[in-house]
Amino acid sequence: MANGNGINKQLTKQQYLDLYYYMRLNRAVEDTMVKLFRQNKIVGGLYSSLGQEAVSVGTAYALDKKDWLAPMIRNIGALLVKGVPPRDVFMQHMAKYDSPTRGKDGTSHFGDLEKLHIVSPISMLGDLIPVMTGIAIGGRYLGQKIVTMTWIGDGGSSTGVFHEGLNFAATQKAPFVLILENNLWAYSTPVRRQVPIENLADRAKAYGISSYIVDGNNVVDVFTTAREAVNRVRNGEGPILIECKTFRRLGHAQHDPAEYVPKEMRAHWEAKDPITQYEKFLTAEKLLDAKGKKEIEEKIEQLLAKERDFAENSPMPPPEFAETGVYCTGDDCHKIRPKWERPQSEVTPPKSSVKPVWTVEGFGAGQSAATAAIHFGDTKTQILEEETPGTPATTKSNGAKSSANTKAPLKKPAKAAVTAARKGRS
Amino acid sequence: MPAEAATQTIASNSAANGTQITFLEAIKQAMFEEMERDPAVVLLGEDVGVYGGAFKTSEGLLERFGWERVIDTPISESAIIGAACGMSYLGLRPIAELQFIDFIVCAFNQITNFVAKGHYLWNAPAPMVMRGPAGGGVHGGPFHSANPEMYFVHTPGLKVIYPSTPYDAKGLLKAAVRDNNPVLFFEHKFLYRRIKGDVPKEDYTVPIGKAVVRREGKHLTIVSYAAMAHASLEAADALAKEGIEAEVIDLRTLLPLDEDTILQSVKKTNKCLVVHEDTKTGGIAGEIAAILCEKAFGDLDGPLMRVTALDTPVPYSPPLEEHFLPNAKKIFSAARELARY
Repeated sequence: MANGNGINKQLTKQQYLDLYYYMRLNRAVEDTMVKLFRQNKIVGGLYSSLGQEAVSVGTAYALDKKDWLAPMIRNIGALLVKGVPPRDVFMQHMAKYDSPTRGKDGTSHFGDLEKLHIVSPISMLGDLIPVMTGIAIGGRYLGQKIVTMTWIGDGGSSTGVFHEGLNFAATQKAPFVLILENNLWAYSTPVRRQVPIENLADRAKAYGISSYIVDGNNVVDVFTTAREAVNRVRNGEGPILIECKTFRRLGHAQHDPAEYVPKEMRAHWEAKDPITQYEKFLTAEKLLDAKGKKEIEEKIEQLLAKERDFAENSPMPPPEFAETGVYCTGDDCHKIRPKWERPQSEVTPPKSSVKPVWTVEGFGAGQSAATAAIHFGDTKTQILEEETPGTPATTKSNGAKSSANTKAPLKKPAKAAVTAARKGRS
Repeated sequence: MPAEAATQTIASNSAANGTQITFLEAIKQAMFEEMERDPAVVLLGEDVGVYGGAFKTSEGLLERFGWERVIDTPISESAIIGAACGMSYLGLRPIAELQFIDFIVCAFNQITNFVAKGHYLWNAPAPMVMRGPAGGGVHGGPFHSANPEMYFVHTPGLKVIYPSTPYDAKGLLKAAVRDNNPVLFFEHKFLYRRIKGDVPKEDYTVPIGKAVVRREGKHLTIVSYAAMAHASLEAADALAKEGIEAEVIDLRTLLPLDEDTILQSVKKTNKCLVVHEDTKTGGIAGEIAAILCEKAFGDLDGPLMRVTALDTPVPYSPPLEEHFLPNAKKIFSAARELARY
């Protein structure tokens, strides 16, 4: 049973309750939007993260305020944790003039470069991975000590740019965390028809980076894993991939009844609801009682009534607004100034000057050495077979720590034992 | 275009104290000087560091500015463009090099859907430059000779520059680095080492979105850019010997297009020939024809004519490529025919 680990001393009571609050808020915001959708107040599509709230909330909660994230369509919870008010989410979907994109885009497609450090996604999957890598490298260059995070689904992990982005991040040792939210379905296609491997986290090996697998319906495990990963990448270990095993409980979007999902599968995951499970845990550990729960519910209800009211009263954009804003017109539009947190003298001549030669391991500074190891010609043909249980994984290049032991492949991803199969560095 | 529209021949557009440099040197100087001026400027791309770029446009930059500012990347065009975009969100001003501009289409989605739409959709400026060698005439074959500018001219949110002289290349590249928008900067590789020009010693920029009249004339207007601006001038010289005075406009920037300079010239000459090395269908000539029909229909005394590359991939073998490409002779013939109206 998830959450059966007892209290994790590393978490404060407030953190336990925050995680609960944000999951409840995430679900309540989406419930409110379903109502708005049925009243025809949402002009476009509506996507649901029902049952995946622990992933959005647990991962984003591991970031500091200065850190950057870029959500995917099912990461409303991450936006709420980062500080986006629910009214913005409502107005985006309702295409209102006061929405963050002022009606130019919908759903979670909005961002905030200045205050919240959120990058807007686009519908094409995977493109955020090199973008967030660029922010990670750029932040390091400016001395900002930031971490960047984005999410990708099981479906999006098959894109070419997933490979390009993660490989580049790895070669740069970018302070970047990629959450691979494996909800087992890409629209109507099950994960096994998309990817012929059991654990998508195994892809990390190809980039020489560390990875974790975590039960995506256990918010505490998600959070503690994400926080460990965030700390490690901030310390310069290079990017880390976290696969969160979860399940998309509704269709691709509101229009899709998802009849292609086996009933038993849905029932199995409904019994693993992340909020219900967490509530039981909090109650058993005496972190939450009936009174506390009622207080949180009332707080959310009042907040959303106010936010929904604001959103409904916001005007639609004037038609001519469509013509504006294609280009930045200069300082009157955006004063673009990087925030330096290191001396600029470090990156300007003469201090920046280097000897422009590769230092190839074993070959000295661009010259062959008598003692150089031979890197070619003596390689024996190897047949790489699936690792047996207990065999240490061999993802050690880039100086990244090993992603610990790889357990035997799991027959069913649904097994609770999936939790942290390769978590930590045991 | 205001009345003071610069009339510059290729040889005269420089300060008296300038020095003669190649087109390639102009690119290198622009990057060097911008990186020297502003530590927010960084360069990333394939083989741009230790090797100094496939055409040596970034030679010496790594040595002076170090590993953090001159980044050798894997062969991953989408990652190069995406990472540059991410850096630009922090206020950095990355220059992303495409080793050959043909490969820019590998990052097509990243450029057209991500980079170009950010400011319109969510108020996110992306001050970045995407640059690389373009164009044919050097027997590069179908994948190292392309002129893919119109894919991007069709994309709101981008600016597209394609200069023809060392002076413009340097001044426009500097302007591109300082611009708050994503700018595509095409460098015609045929010109890299073949063209020399004067550039001033002091810092200068050339405004984006302004065409220039390279040669004044009264009988017809030839609108062109990049390598074909040179071929057009050569044709204009030959036409002059027959008493036909052609006005030659070098667009320099394709997006935004300087309509005023074209309209003002056609108002005077009443005839327009558009010359480009890009293929015919969907090339900028079609767009200029539409603009003239909309805004100068009454001024036209003849049909808009086009001299362009064929609607085929760029072939490799020299006789095939020569047949494919426009040249001064083809421009001369078309202009003479147009002048008869």
